[in-house]
Amino acid sequence: MPTTFFEWVLFFADKYGLYFLQGAGTTLLIASFGTITGLAIGLVVAVLRTVPIEANDPAPRKIFYTVIRWIFVAYIEIFRGTPMIVQSMVIYYGSAELWGLDMSPMTAALFIVSINTGAYMAEIARGGIISIDKGQYEAAQSIGMTHTQTMLHIILPQALRNILPSIGNEFVVNIKDTSVLNVISVTELFFMSKSAAGTYMRYFEVFFITCVIYFVLTFSVTRILLFIEKKMRGSESFVIHGSQTVPHAVIKGGAR
Amino acid sequence: MSENIISVSHLEKSFGGNQVLRDIDFKAYTGDVISIIGSSGSGKSTLLRCINQLEKPTSGAIFFHGKNIQDPGFSLSAYRAKVGMVFQNFNLFNNLSVLQNCVVGQVKVLNRDHGTAAKRALEILEKVGMSQYIEAKPAQISGGQKQRVAIARALAMDPEVLLFDEPTSALDPEMVGEVLNVMGTLAKSGLTMLVVTHEMDFAREVSNRIVFMDEGVIVEDATPEEMFVNPKSERTKAFLNRFRNR
Ligand SMILES: Nc1ncnc2c1ncn2[C@@H]1O[C@H](COP(=O)(O)OP(=O)(O)OP(=O)(O)O)[C@@H](O)[C@H]1O
Ligand SMILES: [Mg+2]
Repeated sequence: MPTTFFEWVLFFADKYGLYFLQGAGTTLLIASFGTITGLAIGLVVAVLRTVPIEANDPAPRKIFYTVIRWIFVAYIEIFRGTPMIVQSMVIYYGSAELWGLDMSPMTAALFIVSINTGAYMAEIARGGIISIDKGQYEAAQSIGMTHTQTMLHIILPQALRNILPSIGNEFVVNIKDTSVLNVISVTELFFMSKSAAGTYMRYFEVFFITCVIYFVLTFSVTRILLFIEKKMRGSESFVIHGSQTVPHAVIKGGAR
Repeated sequence: MSENIISVSHLEKSFGGNQVLRDIDFKAYTGDVISIIGSSGSGKSTLLRCINQLEKPTSGAIFFHGKNIQDPGFSLSAYRAKVGMVFQNFNLFNNLSVLQNCVVGQVKVLNRDHGTAAKRALEILEKVGMSQYIEAKPAQISGGQKQRVAIARALAMDPEVLLFDEPTSALDPEMVGEVLNVMGTLAKSGLTMLVVTHEMDFAREVSNRIVFMDEGVIVEDATPEEMFVNPKSERTKAFLNRFRNR
């Protein structure tokens, strides 16, 4: 049996290495799925919430969008105003009790993280949309584009670029917060660690390893996102086509 | 005889309790180049924005080829493609290149295929002298260039009418000329234009009619000669005098 701290760490790393990796994999899977689905939910909610309601719109349309706004506000407030650990319990056990749904913990986990992230993303996306100059929206409208076309082709691409840091932030938060899903026995990193530690009653050593793994995950993700952000900022130069005398010539233009 | 293309009837617009347009009556015929002048806050922009339906009128009606544009069955999208707008602050789509700025509307609103749209966009960018910059993003070109692209973007929809809201007011003085030149060429081509402007030389030389607005009403609607040589209203005289003495 190992005696010192380092021996224990090595022991667990060796014996439970695959176990930890599986946990980390599950954590990453839930976090990525939840972030991407949450982003999709958030974008849809934000776009629908920004559909303008005009005084002279037909009544059914007005009622429809007013009701939708209410539902979305309720959704956002409820999911941002309660802890995800409690949401997990309510949704997992509630769905079985009320509707006899037999969700696997993993299915429940994917659902919970997505819907929870969606509520945050909806607010992030709304912020991104309203931060875009009103002139962009009006210009698109002035050539006849519909609200959806304007959002899809003009506003969202610009908003997404602006909210990319916040999206990355949500991803990192999700990597960490999936740990609460251990309460519904999802075999993510925290759950795996707990069972490994429990077998030998060595909590400090195991969770030291867990801590390092979480950090490596979040740190790598942060770096990758920074890189993507830089890429998305795009090139600062462009090519000028055809001079007066040599039509096929190209001139490099720079940013002003 | 040219045909009545836009007709504004008893138009009123209020923002809260602030009445900005009062009983505006006004007709534009095909080929008209109408300058709209008047002091700041007189409601010129609001009038243009009502015509493009960026603002909903409080009351009154606007007709396009005799059809009420606020009728439930009227396609606002098709109408806006026919009645383009050029803004003071250009409002080029910042996420799109110069070429894409002129393509996106054709593809999404007019359902043209991408090749046809790009070809049309190039033709028009050529006309406004911006075909060399098709790959540039709006942030990479000058104000005058942006405004020429904005004009090209509107023209790419093959509009019948273009509305200009102070198209040169946000430009450095040395760039005003290049934009006014493009507008002068358009005026000669027979495009119907409504131009809110403080450029009195443009109003006098290029337009065939000048509308003077003050405090939300049309005070005078006359030819450039009548307006500049022999204005009827005291308010018009006072406004033009202030301009001459600047
Ligand atoms: N969205 C709005 N909400 C409230 N008031 C507005 C709005 N837009 C314009 N106004 C008011 O309407 C009046 C007319 O504005 P408008 O922009 O039409 O004037 P303008 O003749 O274009 O002036 P300028 O030469 O300064 O552009 C102003 O008093 C302005 O404050
Ligand atoms: Mg104005």
